Amino acid sequence: MINLKAKWAAGPYIVWMILFTIIPMLMILYYAFTDNNGAFTFENMVSAWDYVPTLIRSIWLALIATVICLIMAFPFAYSISRKPMSKQKMFVMLVMLPMWMNFLLRTHALAQLFEDNGIINTVLQSIGIGRIQMMGTEFAVVVGMVYNFLPFMILPLYSIMTKIDQSLVESAHDLGANNIQVLFKILIPLSVPGIVSGITMVFVPAVSTFVISKFLGGTDFYLIGDAIEAQILGNSYNLHTGSATSLILMVIVIITMLIFSRIDTEEVEETLA
Amino acid sequence: MDTNNTIIELKGISKSYNGMKVLDKLNLTIHDKEFVTLLGPSGCGKTTILRIIGGFVEQDEGDVFFMGKNINDLPPHKRQLNTVFQKYALFTHLDVYENVAFGLRLKKTPEKEIAKKVKEMLELVNLKGYESRRVDVLSGGQQQRVAIARALANNPKVLLLDEPLGALDLKLRKGMQVELKKIQQSLGITFIYVTHDQEEALTMSDTIVVMENGKIHQMGTPTDIYNEPIDAFTADFIGESNIVPGIMHKDYLVEFSGKCYECLDKGFEQDEEVDVVIRPEDIKLVEPNEKMITGIVETVVFKGMHYEMRIRCGEKLWKAQDTIFEPVGKEVGIHLTPNDIHVMKKSDFVPNNSKEVVTPNPENEGSNEN
Ligand SMILES: Nc1ncnc2c1ncn2[C@@H]1O[C@H](COP(=O)(O)OP(=O)(O)OP(=O)(O)O)[C@@H](O)[C@H]1O
Ligand SMILES: [Mg+2]
Repeated sequence: MINLKAKWAAGPYIVWMILFTIIPMLMILYYAFTDNNGAFTFENMVSAWDYVPTLIRSIWLALIATVICLIMAFPFAYSISRKPMSKQKMFVMLVMLPMWMNFLLRTHALAQLFEDNGIINTVLQSIGIGRIQMMGTEFAVVVGMVYNFLPFMILPLYSIMTKIDQSLVESAHDLGANNIQVLFKILIPLSVPGIVSGITMVFVPAVSTFVISKFLGGTDFYLIGDAIEAQILGNSYNLHTGSATSLILMVIVIITMLIFSRIDTEEVEETLA
Repeated sequence: MDTNNTIIELKGISKSYNGMKVLDKLNLTIHDKEFVTLLGPSGCGKTTILRIIGGFVEQDEGDVFFMGKNINDLPPHKRQLNTVFQKYALFTHLDVYENVAFGLRLKKTPEKEIAKKVKEMLELVNLKGYESRRVDVLSGGQQQRVAIARALANNPKVLLLDEPLGALDLKLRKGMQVELKKIQQSLGITFIYVTHDQEEALTMSDTIVVMENGKIHQMGTPTDIYNEPIDAFTADFIGESNIVPGIMHKDYLVEFSGKCYECLDKGFEQDEEVDVVIRPEDIKLVEPNEKMITGIVETVVFKGMHYEMRIRCGEKLWKAQDTIFEPVGKEVGIHLTPNDIHVMKKSDFVPNNSKEVVTPNPENEGSNEN
């Protein structure tokens, strides 16, 4: 039960949410379903349909990046969660360190590495391997996503794993589980909330990014985020199809998240068993 | 006990942490179907021994034998023993049934057999009908029972228990002590039990291993250990006792607190300094005379079965127990028969309640009768 005081305490945020979440969403809805004269139309949705291949590509790359993040973050988060507290703090700092630098700068710096005349290619050439085209490839974009969003996978995993007492791992071993069985029967099921929030925090920004593809994808590497940006701010200015495209992306993300938030530990346990 | 039924043997086990010796060349033989208790003050290495037997800690030196086979290199999941952890360590993502079934599932036991075994185990620990409960909503006592059932479901030859009742309140503890003992007897398996509660050790064990600083101090049946502690350390640790310095004038004659008493001990050097241990319940309070230690009754506390009294004799405060009490302020004599006096080799052990015994009030702090 919410008492009056608690209600008032939430006030500032509610105002904020109305101004910057609800109203913009309503505006997107409005633009998505009206034409230039403000009349109701499905026209925008139809034109947004052209972006479906781009959308699929975005989802695909975001998915790859998310999986890579998960695979890298899980063992790392687990191993820091087993370390003494002082070391844990140090590692968490190291994980967060890149986040203190501006996102644009970070991505830009990565682009410098990947450029045809960038550091990596210079090194490759000097050791006789030769230059590799990296800018504008899916590889560069996925690396960019992993680079930028990995901390968002590590931190929720780490914070849930610190709650897994070592004695649980030991008692599983004690009852006859080998390392792999401990992983699938204890560690993964108990980390599900962290996995879910990590995936959400990586996948959502990755699927809608336009900065990463712009900096690392070269000129003709187009993701859904770029499409939306171009329509709302850029050269193919059309607020109405832009809104419609956003809406489609948003619906897809929401559906994904809904499916995701329904996953509970038991189901994971069942599928793993 | 004959030596053929040895189930676990530790030989020359040493373990150090950061250069600090925690276990020092320890030898221990445990027999099949025995209830063995490791008893000792905090930090003496009880948990470390248990974890070495369980395979969670590797000893620096020495060997662990299980039914005659060296198991030094056997990982925990391949050892035929199970552990009940102090913090229960239940799997919160599984219900009671699945917790108990955990070990059986790993062994790919047929579903039917699992169901039968889980039922049997839950009956054993009095948790029938709790199968589908979540473990994190159970009470501490119930969680402990699940942990016991889960460990026993694997049919271990040996069950290791590290202060399993430590987190329970006194009444629950007493009940569980009886139940655990019953379970151990009905299953006929070996229990290695860690506690620092001497009363628990006395009531449950077949054998008590008294430990101090990573070494075994004394080992024997509860009766042996209680009645014949080898020195002041064991005497103080097992049950309450009065420990006073004394001088052994000759065989069967000891002097302490300025009086000479006849005793049953012999074999000391002439006028050797010794520790004299006297159990509070052996003291009889009588009309004082000049041949005995005398003092003034300082406090009387009713303990249900008996009265516990403190008798002040100068700086020394004697603990005495009796079913009748003497009023506070009365002068009494401490009557001792030779049977009540236990003379022990002098050890550098200082009883942990020596403060209370020697300097009961702050003004006397620092003074010491030795
Ligand atoms: N992992 C470890 N790292 C460093 N020191 C340790 C470690 N485990 C135990 N010790 C030290 O070893 C000594 C013995 O510890 P142990 O846990 O065996 O004692 P215990 O007899 O079980 O004590 P308690 O009754 O308090 O549980 C202690 O001094 C402890 O600080
Ligand atoms: Mg311990």
